[in-house]
Amino acid sequence: MARTEIRLGGLGGQGVIKSAVIIGEAASIHDGKEAVQTASYGPESRGSACKAEVIISDAPIDYPLVLTPHVMVALSNDAFHKYKEDLSKEAIVIIDSDLVKAGKIKAGVRLYQVPAATTAHQVLKNPLVTNVVMLGAFTAISKAVTPEAMRKAIANAFPKYKELNLRAFDEGMQLGHKAMEQSTTKK
Amino acid sequence: MQKAVLTGERFTQGDIAAAEGALAAGCRFFAGYPITPATEIAERMAYRLPRIGGRYIQMEDEIASCTAVVGASYAGVKSMTATSGPGVSLMNETIGLAVMTETPMVLVNVMRGGPSTGQPTEASQSDIMQAKWGSHGDYEIIALIPSSVQEMFDLTIQAFNLSERFRVPAFVLADEIIGHMRERLVIPPEDEIEIVNRKKPTVPPEEYLPFKAEEDLVPPMATFGEGYHFYATGLTHDERGYPVMDEEAQLALVPRLCDKIRKNADKITRAENTETEDAEILLVAYGGEARTALRAVKDARANGIKIGLFRPISVWPFPKEQLKEAAANAQHVVVAELNYGQLVGEVERVIRNEVPVHLIPRVCGTPHTPDELMKEIRRRIN
Amino acid sequence: MDRLVVISGIGCTGRASGYFAADSYHTTHGRAIAFASGVKVANPDLKPVVISGDGDLFAIGGNHFIHAARRNVDMLVLCVNNFNYGMTGGQMGPTTPDSAITVTSPDGNIEHPFNLVSVAAASGAVFVARWTALHARRLTKSIEKALQKKGFKFIEVISPCPTLYDRYNRYGSGLDVMKKYREISVIRNFTDPMKAEIDYRTRIVCGEFVDTEKPEFTDLLAQQSDRLQKR
Repeated sequence: MARTEIRLGGLGGQGVIKSAVIIGEAASIHDGKEAVQTASYGPESRGSACKAEVIISDAPIDYPLVLTPHVMVALSNDAFHKYKEDLSKEAIVIIDSDLVKAGKIKAGVRLYQVPAATTAHQVLKNPLVTNVVMLGAFTAISKAVTPEAMRKAIANAFPKYKELNLRAFDEGMQLGHKAMEQSTTKK
Repeated sequence: MQKAVLTGERFTQGDIAAAEGALAAGCRFFAGYPITPATEIAERMAYRLPRIGGRYIQMEDEIASCTAVVGASYAGVKSMTATSGPGVSLMNETIGLAVMTETPMVLVNVMRGGPSTGQPTEASQSDIMQAKWGSHGDYEIIALIPSSVQEMFDLTIQAFNLSERFRVPAFVLADEIIGHMRERLVIPPEDEIEIVNRKKPTVPPEEYLPFKAEEDLVPPMATFGEGYHFYATGLTHDERGYPVMDEEAQLALVPRLCDKIRKNADKITRAENTETEDAEILLVAYGGEARTALRAVKDARANGIKIGLFRPISVWPFPKEQLKEAAANAQHVVVAELNYGQLVGEVERVIRNEVPVHLIPRVCGTPHTPDELMKEIRRRIN
Repeated sequence: MDRLVVISGIGCTGRASGYFAADSYHTTHGRAIAFASGVKVANPDLKPVVISGDGDLFAIGGNHFIHAARRNVDMLVLCVNNFNYGMTGGQMGPTTPDSAITVTSPDGNIEHPFNLVSVAAASGAVFVARWTALHARRLTKSIEKALQKKGFKFIEVISPCPTLYDRYNRYGSGLDVMKKYREISVIRNFTDPMKAEIDYRTRIVCGEFVDTEKPEFTDLLAQQSDRLQKR
């Protein structure tokens, strides 16, 4: 894996940037790879489409911005439609099926649907951990980072709510495995 | 109690790395005013400084922030402010005062698009000339440009060291890309970090002349409260520090203020070469844009193109000698910068029509992609 | 004396800092208070005294004045008010009285002037006084008192400008102006600063108007920092 480009999209306030930072920390500090995380810092901070991106590589990363994402995680309809155009040919797209209605997507792209919001709400009793459920699914499906590294980064990111978030991550991993079993490559 | 030097590895933002670099360098005073995209530095300092016995103050504007930093430095504390272009515009008055009264201090400018309010959240490198010529009068200044989160940390320490060494304000000229992105930052153990402190007077107060330079053109610096009872002014002054309005005083002062940097340039300038030995095309890029350039060079080399990258790390003073050396075999020199042509002028002064110097400007708020940059290079060379 | 730092801005009074056998600094126009804030916060053992003029402190430096007073940063600010910009040749400024003649108000000033003690009190100064250049003894006493006190202290000193302002407005020689001060000034301690009249022709209310206690900024910073360092 030379260079993996990851894009996370959602609404401001859904923890999109925080999720990207967790992935970056997991890769660069705990997996010992190189990682760069960037975000578009628009004037909007709550409620409109926003994205954050991570590049993971075995070698030092020169150009720090994402060009053609290999993985996209979408937490909102707007973000899904706004950010799916420049995906790479065989990109992995993971959507929260409770929040995103999958529309048309490029041929070759593998789409995985994960009911993260419902799981956060019903199983974990806290809608705030939806993004961490998605991080679990992302880890299981993309294999861009190891689950061990992600667990360490999540524990660091939420010192007060470590247990809850680690449970959310584990639930997400399971949903991710399930989604892979059900997945079909779009023709 | 928190530690001043947070030795270890962390995944963090360029702005945070600059704040941690300042603390590691011994900075214990920060005055600032909120401005995108540099606010994270102030936020970090507001959190960190009181926890390690330092002081943070949010001033009423950037003029006050910069002036408070000069006051704090004269009170004997290593001091810093952080801002963006519009803030530097206001600080320039005081930067002149700091130059004139030979004040060690560090300014971080996380550059955004201008003129005026411009593009607050977008990347730019359009304050390169402002850093050099922003205040009125003849003077020299130091400006370092980081290309990574790690360099935000390292160069902030170096800016403090150079500023203390030469008693001159030093800029860390970051762009929004480097300021806001996150990467791994490795903070070494405290005893492995080289720290330079200002020269102190070695004579008793009655013999002390506050602006009498030593051989290196830098005068030792007493600070307030040490009993030296000295005077400093923004007016032209003699070695005693008192205003003197004659020709000799100006002649003794202004050339020295410039020459202490010009004649010590070999100790200040720094640059990095990548694949320049046999380069027929020499690409010059710095800061965030240098990351694009590096990738473009690697891709082009893979296609057999003899191209190399010269990355100035100090832009002021400009690394002239290093550039001459890197351009030794070049038939074309190409400058890519996130502005409408600023550092290209310095490059032209060094290359002197010996080979063509091409400019690839960009003012839209993002760096070139490597492909875009390569396409622009080809267009200019063919 | 080792703890004293005398700081001034630009103008006729700006040179004052050079006359002290103490640590002293002559800043750019209007910035003395911002500089003093940096000095005091960086090293709270120091005692900054700012000496400057009305234009320096209340026009170009007005923002620094109100905010340092609001924060209650420990410093003494002495404003020599001569009602015009003297150093540059007698232009109107923020304290120039109504209808007064200056070179930039040749047909009479139409701007409303600041009442400086009122500005200082409203901004939060813990000590506010006004004297004229005639009241040398009382002024000295107020300065001594202010130096013993912690916080942002302000003393206005009404001063003649015989070469410019007083000449344009036909107030006579420096001595004539001092005589006028004796004639029209009244001492009214603890007058409401809002009502502390200042009319160069009819009445100048002098005295100590505010003398109160309030937590000082660098003390608060130190308390907060000490608490956080113990964590």
